[in-house]
Amino acid sequence: MNPAYQHTDKEKFLNSYGAFASRHELMDSPLNTLAIRKFEELGFPTTKHEEWKYTNVSPILKNRFALSTGKSRLKREDILPFLLTGKDSILLVFENGFLNRELSLIENLPQGVIIDSLASSRNHDVVKQHLGKYAPMKQESFVALNTAFIFDGAFIYLPVNAVVERPIHLLYVNDSREEATVVYPRNLIVAKKNNSLKIACTYHTIGNINSAFTNSVSEIVTGANANVEFVKVQTENDNTYHISHTEVMQERDSVFNISTITLGGNIVRNNLHIVLNDVNCTSHLYGLYITDGNELVDNHTLVDHAKPNCESNELYKGVLGGKSSGVFNGKVFVRPDAQKTNAYQSNKNILLSDEATMNTKPQLEIFADDVKCSHGATTGQLDSEALFYLRSRGIGEKEAKAFLNIAFAADVIKNISLEPLRDRLMPLIERKLKQGD
Amino acid sequence: MLEIKNLQAKVEEKQILNGINLTVNPGEVHAIMGPNGSGKSTLASVLAGRDEYEVTGGEVVFRGENLLEMSPEDRARKGLFLAFQYPVEIPGVTNANFLKTALNEIRKANGQTPMDSKEFLQIMKEKMKLVEMDKAMTQRSVNEGFSGGEKKRNEVFQMAMLEPMLAVLDETDSGLDIDALRIVANGVNALRNQERSFIVITHYQRLLDYIVPDFVHVLYKGRIVKSGTKELAMELEAKGYDWIKEEVGIHI
Amino acid sequence: MTEDQKIITEVTESDYKWGFISDIESDQAPKGLNEEVIRFISLKKNEPAWMLEWRLKAYRHWLTMTEPVWPNVHYPKIDFNDIIYYSAPKKKPSLNSLDELDPEIKATFDKLGISLEEQKRLSGVAVDAVIDSVSVKTTFRESLGELGVIFCSFSEAVHDHPELIKQYLGSVVPYTDNYYAALNSAVFSDGSFCYIPKSVRCPMELSTYFRINSAGTGQFERTLIIAEEGAFVSYLEGCTAPMRDENQLHAAVVEIYSHKDAQVKYSTVQNWYPGDKEGKGGIYNFVTKRGLCAGTHAKISWTQVETGSAITWKYPSVILKGDYSIGEFYSVAVTNNYQQADTGTKMIHLGKNTKSTIISKGISGGKSQNSYRGLVRINRKAENARNFSQCDSLLLGDKCGAHTFPYLEVSNKTAIVEHEATTSKVGEDQIFYCNQRGISTEDAVGLIVNGYCKEVFNQLPMEFAVEAQKLLAISLEGSVG
Repeated sequence: MNPAYQHTDKEKFLNSYGAFASRHELMDSPLNTLAIRKFEELGFPTTKHEEWKYTNVSPILKNRFALSTGKSRLKREDILPFLLTGKDSILLVFENGFLNRELSLIENLPQGVIIDSLASSRNHDVVKQHLGKYAPMKQESFVALNTAFIFDGAFIYLPVNAVVERPIHLLYVNDSREEATVVYPRNLIVAKKNNSLKIACTYHTIGNINSAFTNSVSEIVTGANANVEFVKVQTENDNTYHISHTEVMQERDSVFNISTITLGGNIVRNNLHIVLNDVNCTSHLYGLYITDGNELVDNHTLVDHAKPNCESNELYKGVLGGKSSGVFNGKVFVRPDAQKTNAYQSNKNILLSDEATMNTKPQLEIFADDVKCSHGATTGQLDSEALFYLRSRGIGEKEAKAFLNIAFAADVIKNISLEPLRDRLMPLIERKLKQGD
Repeated sequence: MLEIKNLQAKVEEKQILNGINLTVNPGEVHAIMGPNGSGKSTLASVLAGRDEYEVTGGEVVFRGENLLEMSPEDRARKGLFLAFQYPVEIPGVTNANFLKTALNEIRKANGQTPMDSKEFLQIMKEKMKLVEMDKAMTQRSVNEGFSGGEKKRNEVFQMAMLEPMLAVLDETDSGLDIDALRIVANGVNALRNQERSFIVITHYQRLLDYIVPDFVHVLYKGRIVKSGTKELAMELEAKGYDWIKEEVGIHI
Repeated sequence: MTEDQKIITEVTESDYKWGFISDIESDQAPKGLNEEVIRFISLKKNEPAWMLEWRLKAYRHWLTMTEPVWPNVHYPKIDFNDIIYYSAPKKKPSLNSLDELDPEIKATFDKLGISLEEQKRLSGVAVDAVIDSVSVKTTFRESLGELGVIFCSFSEAVHDHPELIKQYLGSVVPYTDNYYAALNSAVFSDGSFCYIPKSVRCPMELSTYFRINSAGTGQFERTLIIAEEGAFVSYLEGCTAPMRDENQLHAAVVEIYSHKDAQVKYSTVQNWYPGDKEGKGGIYNFVTKRGLCAGTHAKISWTQVETGSAITWKYPSVILKGDYSIGEFYSVAVTNNYQQADTGTKMIHLGKNTKSTIISKGISGGKSQNSYRGLVRINRKAENARNFSQCDSLLLGDKCGAHTFPYLEVSNKTAIVEHEATTSKVGEDQIFYCNQRGISTEDAVGLIVNGYCKEVFNQLPMEFAVEAQKLLAISLEGSVG
């Protein structure tokens, strides 16, 4: 057993598993039971663990969280502020982890396309074939924990040559108005050959008195020559803890673009693993985090170049205010066979306050020789020349700073192809930037 | 000097040269022209011994020896110089250091003693005038941050320093404005003599107004399909390549 | 395999040229480590009681520590009881002139290409030579003495300048710092000591050569450099070891203390035996090097050229405590065959307006693994701190690895921290271009690699830079065709 792990809070979660498993008749599910065993072995990470060096999860674990029974309280007006992707979207609303069919809009799907709740698709062949096959539950205890508690989430399947033109919005609401709640959303997205697909996955909280904990995992398979865009937006409140893992498996000639936008939460950890598992894949990873108060936002990305002739491009930006802190840990791994790899990574941060901290750890691990890899990282203040230029044109200092901060953030948002989402995100970003200043 | 017989070569499984025949005698200047993709640069690369090009037939005799069996550096030491179409940047290595290393390697291979720094600097100073090169350029890294024109001038400067027997200029005129073209051509003309031969590969007849060739060859689909004198180049300039294609079409 | 790859393989598999064993009689401690051995070392060196006490404290602390495990370095477990902790050349060299030096030792230095005579005559460099951790000869002592500069072996300093040793020993690297620093503090046998008094600009380079000679020994030397207010010194260190099948441990400590307005420039060319082509033998180089910029406008600059050792684990660091102080780190690390290098720096910004620069060039060939690991920390109160880091890796084959692990921890909004890293290979087009100019592939690789390292070599004193270039060329040398 790894000594870097602690065991004090483990039992709470193990105990709640028993009740959960019997309620949902999961005692026989090999995946859930294997995962809880793995979780029991791993325990929770501590800051002695290299991957958790800057993120202490013990404040999360000291809480007592209740598991939702699936009872619905949510009304349409509750979710109106969260409808970020426009009217024509396919909408799946998950209330405390369970699909709320009344609030969802899943109609007129193209032939053969499945967009449904995972709970009602557990016996589907595609689910059996792919669920739990990619996310690393043997190494990551939060992935193991989520996998043990898999019950519901989104299941999206596109057969060969299918194209879904409307954006798909997976809307997760953690309603903690009555009690502190933990949810374990799980998404499985399988896009076969020649697909095209745009998904927004957004996380929100209602109720600020009790704390809430979202532990989500998404597994995404991008088939040969498929083109998938995934946008993860997180606006949970400062009483919410969020730990997520996104695992992407890319097949040959595929393009995968992901944007991870973090605008709220007390402790937020986003893990993103992309495996470029065949030749000629392209991935773009964009990230934006805007923090204030005592928030901690930790983005861990791993781009695993397993095969030759692939390209990855990563841009993460952060604006940190108050006493908040940010972590960026970006690893690019180039395996011995992955010749002709091009991998670029950039992390840029602005500290707004005297008490904010940014910890950056870009990593290159290269085992092939014919590669072009680079990373760059900067942390500092706004460009004083640009600030002066704006002021010399008559713009006040405060406005000028806001102007530049927004431009800094927009540099990430502009890469999202869903126009309605871009338009709705910018005001949220501006509001958040004002809080941090 | 150079005798090319039925030379055939391919790159990445694609046959480019389909039997080239060409004889270059000491002191002669041969211009090779041809449309894009006709194999001009391939011929230059094969002569210099670039790895990716596979010779599939024919022979090349350079100064009495089988050129194709020699390593690229041995070809250079024997007196073959290629002015690159795209000169390579070598960060951190100064022009001066690079040239001195090259010059002394060539001298060593020819049984000469290495040139000392003083003499080297003296010669460098002289030759720099030839291409109107600024002294500061010798302390800059090889081709790094050079403009297109500077790179081409640097190639001619290196040629002047290394004094080859046969120089192959691979589109040295491409992308040059008229002033730079004049400088480059003057440099080349200054190096012309009874012994030294040139193969000038170009796309534009314009260069040949400055470097007047003894012979002009038209390369098409990997073969020399027409040879003549300077007048042929003028004709090509006036009429384009289409008439050649038609003519060749009948012949093939 | 293309021709270029073949040549690169040959080039990166050349032999170690300094692997001779000198037949020098030595005086050794019994194998193993316990308080008796430490007392033996202290007694041999005729040390005062306070020194022994300090060693024992360090030893007792070491016993409470566990051996560190690093993610990117792999080696069999070290048996600390199978090492000879003290090995001194038998003829105790309290010499007045170089003529009295053991002829074998002299021959050793001649073979190393560092004839003391030559060095003395040509470059006016003051040399301290340390074989198996014991200082054998310091040159130029008298002329330095006139300026108040102290440059002597560590043992002599313990006797002649106890007040300085007591004040500064462990002030930058305390014996509690890490496992190997604690071990060194307990058993160190000798090393170099430099003291530059107030406002003195040391007129010559101070230089130490270290060599491990005896089999089964570890080398545990300690270097302490103190620059008083407004002083300047440039200090050089070189190292070699004979070829042996076994792995030998080298755990040194270097401490630099730079007062207000003082500048210390520390350069090293590390060429310990790297092991053979199959990865057998070689030195484990686990070293702690740290400098403290204690006063305002103090400056410490580390320059290292690392070509040797089976395993290198070393992070020369600077603590930027004084306002306006400056830390610099310039590094070239070359790995071949089965070598592993995990090296980099730490720049800890505590004072206001502090500035640090990191330039690291890693070159890996053969089946080696070359990692840059570095930390830049801007503390809460370090207003207007600046850091620029550039970490480049060059790959000379398809079986080696190059890795970068920079940690950037910024807690002050006025900081500007910039980090850049690239990984590339020696371009085939570059080699062909050189070939076409008559330069062989082997020379072309040397030329390109030296050009790639230029920014670092430029930081070395002239003679050292030439030596480093030659060393690089030889490390990459092989017979072509």
